[in-house]
Amino acid sequence: MQAIQYREAIREAMVEEMRRDERVFLMGEEVAQYNGAYKVSQGMLDEFGPRRVVDSPISETGFSGLGVGAAMYGLRPIIEFMSWSFCLVAADQIINNAPKMLYMSGGQFGCPAVFRGNNGAGGQLGSTHSWCVESMFSSVPGLKLAVPSTPRDAKGLLKTAIRDDDPVFFLESERMLGLGARGGKDFSRYLKDTWAPPTPKQDEDFTIPFGVADIKKPGNDVTIVAAGRPVHFALDAAEALGKEGIDCEVIDPRTYRPLDIDTIVKSVRKTNYCVVVDQSWPFASVGSEIAAQVYEHAMDDLDNKVIRINNDDVPAPYNRTLEQEMLPNTKKIIDTVRAVTYNA
Amino acid sequence: MTTVANFAIDYRQYLNEHGEVNTKLPDFANNSDTLIQNYQDMVLTRTFDLKAVTLQRTGKLGTFPPILGQEALSVGIGSSMQKDDVLVPSYRDHGAQFQRGVSMQEVLLYWGGDERGSNFASANAKDDLPISVPIASQYLHAAGIAKAFQYRQQKRVAVTFCGDGGTSEGDFYEAINLAGTWKLPVVFIVSNNQWAISVPRDIQSGCETLAQKAIAAGFTGVQVDGNDIIAVREASLNALEHARNGNGPALIEAITYRLGDHTTADDAKRYRSREETNAAWQREPIARLKSYLVNIGVWNEEQEKNLQTQCAAKVEKAVKAFLDMPKPNVTEIFDSLYAQLPEALIEQREEAISEASS
Ligand SMILES: Cc1ncc(C[n+]2csc(CCOP(=O)(O)OP(=O)(O)O)c2C)c(N)n1
Ligand SMILES: [Mg+2]
Repeated sequence: MQAIQYREAIREAMVEEMRRDERVFLMGEEVAQYNGAYKVSQGMLDEFGPRRVVDSPISETGFSGLGVGAAMYGLRPIIEFMSWSFCLVAADQIINNAPKMLYMSGGQFGCPAVFRGNNGAGGQLGSTHSWCVESMFSSVPGLKLAVPSTPRDAKGLLKTAIRDDDPVFFLESERMLGLGARGGKDFSRYLKDTWAPPTPKQDEDFTIPFGVADIKKPGNDVTIVAAGRPVHFALDAAEALGKEGIDCEVIDPRTYRPLDIDTIVKSVRKTNYCVVVDQSWPFASVGSEIAAQVYEHAMDDLDNKVIRINNDDVPAPYNRTLEQEMLPNTKKIIDTVRAVTYNA
Repeated sequence: MTTVANFAIDYRQYLNEHGEVNTKLPDFANNSDTLIQNYQDMVLTRTFDLKAVTLQRTGKLGTFPPILGQEALSVGIGSSMQKDDVLVPSYRDHGAQFQRGVSMQEVLLYWGGDERGSNFASANAKDDLPISVPIASQYLHAAGIAKAFQYRQQKRVAVTFCGDGGTSEGDFYEAINLAGTWKLPVVFIVSNNQWAISVPRDIQSGCETLAQKAIAAGFTGVQVDGNDIIAVREASLNALEHARNGNGPALIEAITYRLGDHTTADDAKRYRSREETNAAWQREPIARLKSYLVNIGVWNEEQEKNLQTQCAAKVEKAVKAFLDMPKPNVTEIFDSLYAQLPEALIEQREEAISEASS
């Protein structure tokens, strides 16, 4: 196991795949000379040179669309958005082109591109800079979508994403990039050794398959489903609730597309209660989708209704207090779990 | 072979970096009162700017993008506009916003993380747009406002800003193309401050000038020394008149330099040399205008001292008003969401009130 940060895990995945496969290259704003707006690509220009670590002008449509073309022509671009909020400028390329190429060309031209960057409220960035795109994009057929919550998942899933033959949307979090910075201590409380990837020596070809949920904490009394940053809110909540005698099982789907509903349903059959935490907006959200699927598969096993914890149904406020009020958090999860399990 | 079209880009400078006049001044610049007013506004803008950075360092503001070094450009454009024109700013244009009547308190409120700061009280600025965060998106909004002026046959002009980096966006190109096609009354300003966060101008575009992008859109683009307020004002007065008279858009590329960090969350020392910044300080706009005013005998050290005191006092007053603002209510996240709040959100709003008071 190696105690690396989330940002280092992303870098390792890219570097390893670029060493392995000449077709892989990184393109985006400030990725080369500046080593990444968030230092994710630190040192990559030095190792791979400007042919494979490419600084782009501020032209999201441009470099996304170029990425689509390059991918259709046999390369494996990793396209970095400074923030997923700014991918919206390039919506036609990434939503209306990338995931449709294989289908529209009758199976001829696939689009093995990875689009990645920060997703979710970074902390007081205002509503146009605080998008959570998982719900919006998960409903698009033809793409895959990963939301890693730990350095281990980030590395394993990104390597899989780069090798995948379809377009993958890879949602990182500005608020998690430094995660793991203080070594194992941070997480060992609730994640033991499972938060960090193996060293290249231990497993030189470490990957994590898509569509396999991870039980971040086993438990018997209630199922909490969360992916990305909210996993940590859920684990904090589980720790607090454990002291009250409520034994939570925290399930991290890790990818919303494909979604491992089986692991979730199996858990609900055991616990009979289900809370879904999702950092996007409630209407037609991934949380709603999971709740619907739980009802479809496990209606008779539920002892109470499924409750979704989402953002409030408003744009992300700029104001600090209002923003915190609006996002899912540990307290909301604790209150909800108590209520749903009739412990309120 | 025949040549079917010929193009050139003009560059204008009146006051060189030492504050010397190197060519015949335009008429307005012979009125020293106007220049003194511009000078005072530039100094006030800088005083405010430096204070805002300090406020951020002490935790009173969220993030703040300093305008340091770009005061001539911002004040020059803002002061050339007429009352019922509309300003569509980028995030680095508070100098122009002040000219429009936006208050320092409002700008602080906004960067303190409070949307109420975009609700301008001044009658003059009430039609002006707030800042748009997605780079260059405001260029299209300005073209749309100009479309509305044209539609209503009003003699008003929309003025919008973006950076050198912003000219690489699709929104930039589509905005200028539409404006050129429909001869919209809009003036596009490109604040070429040489940097887009850590990305230098030459990585941004292969064009020799950013002004020439206007040519492809079918209208005139000019380049001016953006640190020379006389050149800035002459170009903008011309462009505004041209647009107001129904002759279509214009684009001004103002050559300037961002002397500060990109924002308070950035450290420019990590990607550009001290030599470069020192050299840029030699060309900054305030010292050169001051030295011109002193040389022609309309400004002296005593006036300067008074001005500094007045500016500091005005800024202090605005800061106090900002710090004394009551916090926003939790209901505000609902209240400006829809013209009429839908039923389902009325419930959420009630819940939020009871949660906040519990
Ligand atoms: C669509 C979009 N992409 C990226 C960003 C992130 N970003 C914020 S400011 C900036 C640089 C802008 O540089 P420039 O246009 O030169 O303006 P300046 O900051 O120099 O005034 C970038 C890339 C954004 N806000 N919007
Ligand atoms: Mg710039």
